[in-house]
Amino acid sequence: MSKVLMKGNEAVAKAAINAGCRLYFAYPITPQSELIEYMAKMMPTVGGTFLQAESEVAAINMVYGAAGAGKRVMTSSSSPGISLKAEGMSYLAGAQLPCVIINVQRGGPGLGDIQPAQGDYFQATKGGGHGDYRLIVLAPSSVQEFADMASEAFDLADKYRNPVMILADGMLGQMMEPVDFKPAKTDQEIEAMGHQHESWCIHPNQDGDLKHHHEINSLEIDPVVLEKHVTKLYEKYAQIEANETRHELYNINDDNEILVVAFGTASRVVRSAVDELNAEGKNIGLFRPITVWPYPYEELAKCIGPRVKQVYVFELNTGQMVEDVKIAVNGKVPVNFWGRVGGMVFTPEQIKEKLQACF
Amino acid sequence: MKTEIICSGFGGQGVLTIGKFIAQAGMKEGKHVSWLPSYGPEMRGGTANVSAVVSDQPIASPIVSTPDILVALNQPSIEKFAPHIRPGGVLVYDTGMCPDGCKRTDIQIISAPISSLAKEIGSDKVVNMIAIGMVIGRTNVIKYESMEEDLTSFLKERDPDLLEKNLIAIKKGMELGKA
Repeated sequence: MSKVLMKGNEAVAKAAINAGCRLYFAYPITPQSELIEYMAKMMPTVGGTFLQAESEVAAINMVYGAAGAGKRVMTSSSSPGISLKAEGMSYLAGAQLPCVIINVQRGGPGLGDIQPAQGDYFQATKGGGHGDYRLIVLAPSSVQEFADMASEAFDLADKYRNPVMILADGMLGQMMEPVDFKPAKTDQEIEAMGHQHESWCIHPNQDGDLKHHHEINSLEIDPVVLEKHVTKLYEKYAQIEANETRHELYNINDDNEILVVAFGTASRVVRSAVDELNAEGKNIGLFRPITVWPYPYEELAKCIGPRVKQVYVFELNTGQMVEDVKIAVNGKVPVNFWGRVGGMVFTPEQIKEKLQACF
Repeated sequence: MKTEIICSGFGGQGVLTIGKFIAQAGMKEGKHVSWLPSYGPEMRGGTANVSAVVSDQPIASPIVSTPDILVALNQPSIEKFAPHIRPGGVLVYDTGMCPDGCKRTDIQIISAPISSLAKEIGSDKVVNMIAIGMVIGRTNVIKYESMEEDLTSFLKERDPDLLEKNLIAIKKGMELGKA
């Protein structure tokens, strides 16, 4: 198929429909409104259901219901809207329900502004809702990757019966790049996927006598039973940590003098600066985590070459992922951080200046 | 080869569309492209700009801070972005909308009364096509044929008259760009 020039928000929506998503519930918010608009327009054309809920809280609970029925379901929002969904996300994780949640981040805290930011890293990777749980969190850096992650997110959600978040930002939502779409799943394939969860999901009880009765719940009043349940969740999380970390290496070699770490669109800006400095004879490597939970700690640690004198982390926040980088680096070399906030995005020149000061 | 472009003007002048057509044409020519708009609580008459990159290599930063080409459709755009054009780069602007012009001598300046020329061609809508033509006339960032193909597929059925005016506008712009 030939490439089409598309906004990130629209591309991920189209890719989700291609991946078999036929249920989408959300409430509009900038800078992800093109996503909900695309779904409003296209869902009816594939026989799916689009519903603009009365609030983010309602939307995430509709997701709970649809996921409980074993169907591919998605919601999306931007930072303040994701906070509203946090309670529902904890319930979904507790009840082990597969679904996809997209966060097109904007400046915060509070209502903040509508420009790109990465201030929700802690919220996405360290909880956000209450209780001990984890979301699988994917951080795309291009429109193509954003679109590709839609089907990957659904597959991971189904595989582990766990909510998956795609952590994008306003820049990626608003920008256009060429996208190659994977072929859309056929009705038969979608029908078949619908049966994969029958061992636990809710479906019509045709045989009587509660034969197919399944309870989907995140309430367990007996602490002995709840401890067992949470332990089971943790065993699942350990499996995800062992099997599902993803990352990208850029110019990593034994002669690296500095190792730079950045995720999402910020990593693109950083890569421009790294390219320019390397062309001038420096040797800088760039590590980009693609999953931010599970975090690729070991893979990052392996990239600290013998000549690396420091690790430099750049984020569009006041320093959140840098904590995970410090865990990975484990005191081997100093870890530096610089970021911009409030929806301001650093330029390649600014990053270059920061890195030049290290030599 | 990488060309970084900023198109800037008042909201409603079609500057985002200029960037989109250039990116679309670049993509059709098999290049890597990106299109990043300014977005915000703006209304018609407010400011709008877009960063577009056309490159043979994968594009790292989609943010353009030192453009090779600036298309300015109002004076504030020249004040804001012209100082950052790379030496030797190209500034295309509308003399009718930018009375103070640009004082730099180390860049190529192509100016014309774009809005009045558009009226002569018969539609205000072709301002952005004249501007694209000026870019094509001076640089090789995209080819005229890619624009023609794109516009034809988009407008042939819907509005053949506007299609013709668009193509005339691009050709007019190319003459100005070559001069």
